[in-house]
Amino acid sequence: MFAVPASRVWPAEGLARVPYWIYQDEEIYAREQECIYRGDAWNFLGLEAELPEKGDFKTTFAGEMPVVATRDETGTIRCFENRCAHRGALLCLADRGNAKEIACVYHNWTYDLQGNLTSVAFRRGIQGKGGMPGDADPESQAPRKFRVEIFCGLMFATLSDKTPPIERYIGPEVAARIRRVMKEPVKILGGYTQVLQSNWKLYFENVKDTYHASLLHLFFSTFRLNRLEQKGGVIVGGEGGSHVSYTMMRSNQAGDEYERAGMRSASGGYALQAPQMLESVDEIGDGVTLQILTVFPGFVLQQIMNSLAVRQVLPKGVGRTELVWTCFGYASDDAKMTELRMRQSNLVGPAGYISLEDGAATGFVQRGVLGAAARASVVEMGGRTVESNESRVTETSVRGLWQQYRRHMGL
Amino acid sequence: MDAALQLAVENLIARYVHAIDDDRLEDWPGFFVEKGRYRITTAENFERGLPLSIIYADSRAMLADRVSALRHANIYEAQRYRHTVSSTLVERIDEHTASATSNFQVVRIMHTGESMLFASGRYLDRIRLNGDGGGPQFEERVVVIDSRSVDTLLAIPL
Repeated sequence: MFAVPASRVWPAEGLARVPYWIYQDEEIYAREQECIYRGDAWNFLGLEAELPEKGDFKTTFAGEMPVVATRDETGTIRCFENRCAHRGALLCLADRGNAKEIACVYHNWTYDLQGNLTSVAFRRGIQGKGGMPGDADPESQAPRKFRVEIFCGLMFATLSDKTPPIERYIGPEVAARIRRVMKEPVKILGGYTQVLQSNWKLYFENVKDTYHASLLHLFFSTFRLNRLEQKGGVIVGGEGGSHVSYTMMRSNQAGDEYERAGMRSASGGYALQAPQMLESVDEIGDGVTLQILTVFPGFVLQQIMNSLAVRQVLPKGVGRTELVWTCFGYASDDAKMTELRMRQSNLVGPAGYISLEDGAATGFVQRGVLGAAARASVVEMGGRTVESNESRVTETSVRGLWQQYRRHMGL
Repeated sequence: MDAALQLAVENLIARYVHAIDDDRLEDWPGFFVEKGRYRITTAENFERGLPLSIIYADSRAMLADRVSALRHANIYEAQRYRHTVSSTLVERIDEHTASATSNFQVVRIMHTGESMLFASGRYLDRIRLNGDGGGPQFEERVVVIDSRSVDTLLAIPL
């Protein structure tokens, strides 16, 4: 077990302060891999719809640990370490595919779709010569198998047998908000990866931070898509690790708090020449135009009008994170609905009108705190505790993240 | 090979990349016909037949909106591109239309001095030879980037 260095003591203020060494320390990073991703957290692997047929597989990661997710011959989703029992080489090199079995290219050891070692090439040698001793036990080094749960078509995996079932881990209120979006079979529209030059926690904080949305993303506020005076709220669940923030359809009572405060994001007089990009359908039927949802440590579900996506947050070193986006619609979509989602895809991703800043903002923090490991960020909007809130001028869900994180890390 | 056609298409592509690299983004929509289509996607999406784009526009007006958002709404650090375009293959479709496929590389230069190979890929173009004002314009430009990954953000169009 990687110990917490003695110098790394959480500030006395508790959840209201986040020490900057948490984004910089190599030992902390190694401990996260062990205590979180290979510990008792649920890792998000992707959409079940990515593996529609028996024999389909994809390669992905649980933290830094390479894993294979498959749909086996019985139709069950499996997940196991992408590492050969023999010399540790990657078993699966392709991003995705369909196979009856998986063979390591190095020495042709083969595995079934559940990750069981099924054959060792020349195990008994050739014509009585060579081969392994009779008592060799290569199975003892077999790839580790994950406990897998599918919730609403989302694939989660953990190495822990103690972790509560995924729905209880997420918490009932946030789980209900997943059900709301994953209400019917989905159709994958495509994906891409955004490389963030920052620690993974800075991105996860950013997604949970409802306070920044209309202040950093000016596109939003310019078009009054998500001004904080609109109706909405934040729900924190799962011991702080999961959250959902949502905004109701714009009401007529939209005030002018931004103009009164003279804020940058109030700049008016900006009109779209092609406003049809923002034409949307209340397809879920409850008036919620925007919902952002997270589950610790690396799952994001997004509904921005009719732009639906999951994002998988993958740590790639202390100062680097990959954000794997998969955008989807419903299997029942007609061509017109797909076209509408394509127009709205301009809002999200690395070139998204209301998301491109996030790619940079987390890097600004990573760079900004280089000389300040012993200092801490101030997280006191909406108080110092973790609770659901009708106001989004709060950092309650950011504090929720740190509550869950510290519990996992023993910090 | 139709040398005049080849030169006309290469000249359009060259003027396009110079406009972007010289930060004359306001000129960018004018390289397209009014109902021109522009999108950026990854080779992975493109080859799997998945429709998702990183940027998607189906009119010159949507391109103009992209420019005004970059100028007035979106926040990003000062940066420039340097495009290198090569190996342009041109085919005539009919009297007024041609298709072209080119390779490109884009180096992104940050204000900090950091330069990186930001994107490589293909331009798949459909060109109207007698657009507004009589010169060639894009009816469609599909930018297929080779990698599925984009560093930090993609603000300026490719």
